[in-house]
Amino acid sequence: MSDSALASPTPAASSGAAPTPGAEIPPAPKSNQVLRDIMGGSVVISILAVLLALVVGGILIALTDENVQAASGYFFSRPGDTINAIWVSVSGAYGALFQGAIYNFGGNTFVKQIKPITDTLTFATPLIVAGLGVGLAFRAGMFNIGGQGQMLIAAACSGWVAYSFPLPYGIHLIVAVLAGVVGGAVWGGIVGVLKARTGAHEVIVTIMLNYIAVYLISYLLRTPGALQAPGSSNPKTPADLPTAVYPDLLGGDFNLHAGLLVSIAATVFVWWLLTRSSLGFKFRAVGVNPNAARVAGINVKRSYIYVMLLSGGLVGLAGVAQVLGTVTSGFSSGIDAGIGFDAITVALLGRSKPWGIFVAGILFGAFKAGGFAMQAGQGIPVDIVLVVQSLIVLFIAAPPLVRAVFRLPTPGVAKKPKPPKASTSSPVAASTGEAVVAK
Amino acid sequence: MSDLNSTGIDTGVPNVTQTLDSSGPPTATQHERPDSSNGLEKTVVTSWKAPIAFLAFTIIALVLFVILGRDGSSTFTLSADNDLIQLPDVTVPARVTGIVITVLLALLTVFAYLRVRSDRRVPLWASALLGVLFLIAFLTWVDAGASLPVQVPGLLVGTVSLSVPLIFGALGGVISERVGVVNVAIEGQLLGGAFVAAVVASITGQPLLGLGAAAIAGAAVSFVLAAFAIKYLVDQVIVGVVLNVLVIGLTNFLYSQVLSKNAELLNSPPRFDRINIPILSEIPIIGPTLFRQTIIVYLMYIAVAAVYFALFHTKWGLRVRAVGEHPQAADTVGINVNGTRFWNVLLAGAITGLGGAYFTLGSVGAFNKEMTAGAGYIALAAVIFGQWDPIRATLAALLFGFASNLQNALGIIGSPVPSEFMLMLPYLLTIFAVAGLVGRSRGPAASGRPYIKS
Repeated sequence: MSDSALASPTPAASSGAAPTPGAEIPPAPKSNQVLRDIMGGSVVISILAVLLALVVGGILIALTDENVQAASGYFFSRPGDTINAIWVSVSGAYGALFQGAIYNFGGNTFVKQIKPITDTLTFATPLIVAGLGVGLAFRAGMFNIGGQGQMLIAAACSGWVAYSFPLPYGIHLIVAVLAGVVGGAVWGGIVGVLKARTGAHEVIVTIMLNYIAVYLISYLLRTPGALQAPGSSNPKTPADLPTAVYPDLLGGDFNLHAGLLVSIAATVFVWWLLTRSSLGFKFRAVGVNPNAARVAGINVKRSYIYVMLLSGGLVGLAGVAQVLGTVTSGFSSGIDAGIGFDAITVALLGRSKPWGIFVAGILFGAFKAGGFAMQAGQGIPVDIVLVVQSLIVLFIAAPPLVRAVFRLPTPGVAKKPKPPKASTSSPVAASTGEAVVAK
Repeated sequence: MSDLNSTGIDTGVPNVTQTLDSSGPPTATQHERPDSSNGLEKTVVTSWKAPIAFLAFTIIALVLFVILGRDGSSTFTLSADNDLIQLPDVTVPARVTGIVITVLLALLTVFAYLRVRSDRRVPLWASALLGVLFLIAFLTWVDAGASLPVQVPGLLVGTVSLSVPLIFGALGGVISERVGVVNVAIEGQLLGGAFVAAVVASITGQPLLGLGAAAIAGAAVSFVLAAFAIKYLVDQVIVGVVLNVLVIGLTNFLYSQVLSKNAELLNSPPRFDRINIPILSEIPIIGPTLFRQTIIVYLMYIAVAAVYFALFHTKWGLRVRAVGEHPQAADTVGINVNGTRFWNVLLAGAITGLGGAYFTLGSVGAFNKEMTAGAGYIALAAVIFGQWDPIRATLAALLFGFASNLQNALGIIGSPVPSEFMLMLPYLLTIFAVAGLVGRSRGPAASGRPYIKS
């Protein structure tokens, strides 16, 4: 047994030296396999995964519904009652979800009828930018689970600028947005620097930084002179000055604010970065195979730092959207509203492609908007949305599972040959059969 | 930061076990590199991290306890009122204690410096002694002039109570990572265990049945992790994170929809009684801390010992570690890699699930939304801080439990340090650990890599 087997295959230890001929080439990290899985599946799989998750959610709703439980007590005498109760509960829930997210049929004015879709877009605004941040990190082979911390720091920076520095209209908004972006970028950049310098696993560091940010912000929020509103004992900041708030897009009747435009601009920017710029090319090269990227002359470590700075900045924009758009009357420590974690699911559903993330963000925004309507109207806890979201991601991450459920053929594999019978098969057939089994 | 001081030591044929067992104290680091001359040389890299860390602690002590020293005296209460053997309260003058301990810390630093200069490791007991001394000085400094004494028994009992789920979670994490599957889903396993334990124990009225059901629930969460990670080759971190969200969503949904409507029937589990172990429970300080606990805690002692023994002294353990370090080699000698991984991830989930039961059957007494509150992530931190070793991970979990509990205790006394910073400590320490500032942090080589037989 040789020592080389024990040597760590991670490239972080060796300092960029080209491998000598004959030396064992380290295998590409499995993250590129993951990326291939994330992006290799088709749109069909995504749609089927959403469908499957909704079905499972429907089963949960039906199982926990009191009327269904009551009716199932006499299922064998009158099965129609049970089926009817299931239909009422599930269709009621998803109907409320739709009406809360897209179009309210019961609204008596036009404003009330189309308000749900604008609410969806409002919820989607931070999800899109945060999803872009997480997705960009994915493309460079990094898992940014630190969305919560980056959002909190960004919200604190942005909110602090927004309420404490009276500046002219326009400039104030820009400065507040930039402050948030810088805050998020710094919090994300710490991860990139640690990864590049010491090889610390970014997943662990981001999770830990989340908690550090939570405690840091809650300390600042309850400390007079820091972020706490003067003359108040609540852990809450003062309200934003009106000059720093995102303007409403559709007037005061709707919650939709200009943050959506920022999200669209960010989507275009990330699209341009990934497909048109050399930096984005480096990110993608590092994500597909860091060893090959290093051989090609790309500074892998610097790419890690840059991508985490950008990722943190984009996630920071989500914090900005929360502070300057959604909650302008002063924020508390729950300002991130779980968006940092939702962003992971958004990025996965969007397959880490900018416009995919845009669509996924709107879908999950619809789930959020509809989920609250469902809770208010049907009494079904909004947590079911969490279940459906996480199931979607699980199904999307495992295309073979979805294919198995819907009996779809595996792409790239010709029609599966009938397993040859061992006694009659020729040697060639036996070897192909083995290949199939080994796969 | 680290000074490379390599000396070639001829060690015969190195093997995996040796590498694992030599994961020494968080001090000197060792790297094994292939050497072109005979392939058997071993490079020892001595590290100055330990003396530097010691020095940092000494300087903090100097500033905090001597320069910013507080006058007055501090009182430590060592026994509770109902103890058989009563120890008197200890009262010490704060400033003098601070100065004495700072001198001791300086001596320890010199000792560490001398050890490293002569290419030897700083022993674990030195680090432990440093920590304990620093802590005593810190508590003395905090309590100086305060009217309330430091309740040492309460501090320790609270520490054990907060550490139980962390230790179970860390054990589950250690097994899972040793076998090559990254277990970020500890949080989900704990929460699932807590939920199912509450429901089953409430319905049956038997806390033991609840405990068993919690193990099954933890294993069920693990089953999803194993199925997706091993069968479908989905990235293990993604599955873990998503599973946590899924379990949070499921338990929140079921809690609001079912449990809160029938709290009497479904969410009022009987709690385990405390069992006093005769004689042992009357030892001052140690007795109330360790031997007046519920059956879950005694189970935990057994679990820690069993996992340690099994992992390093049985055939099962050797196989687990082989699969986690070098699956190809394990496969070559006929070990079923994916089968081993599958069953051991399930086992890890079951152990973690027991920790979840402690929330509902041991400490709180009813299920609440997201009641684990990040304990799974702290357990993950303990796994890394404990260098994937069950004993060290347990100690790390105890340290984290102590840090969380300390802020409760300091809140009562009136601490000069904001409680948030005490709560931050485990996470900061973990970042330092993974960044390599405190000791070495290298996980099982194949952890997180799916094994595809070619």
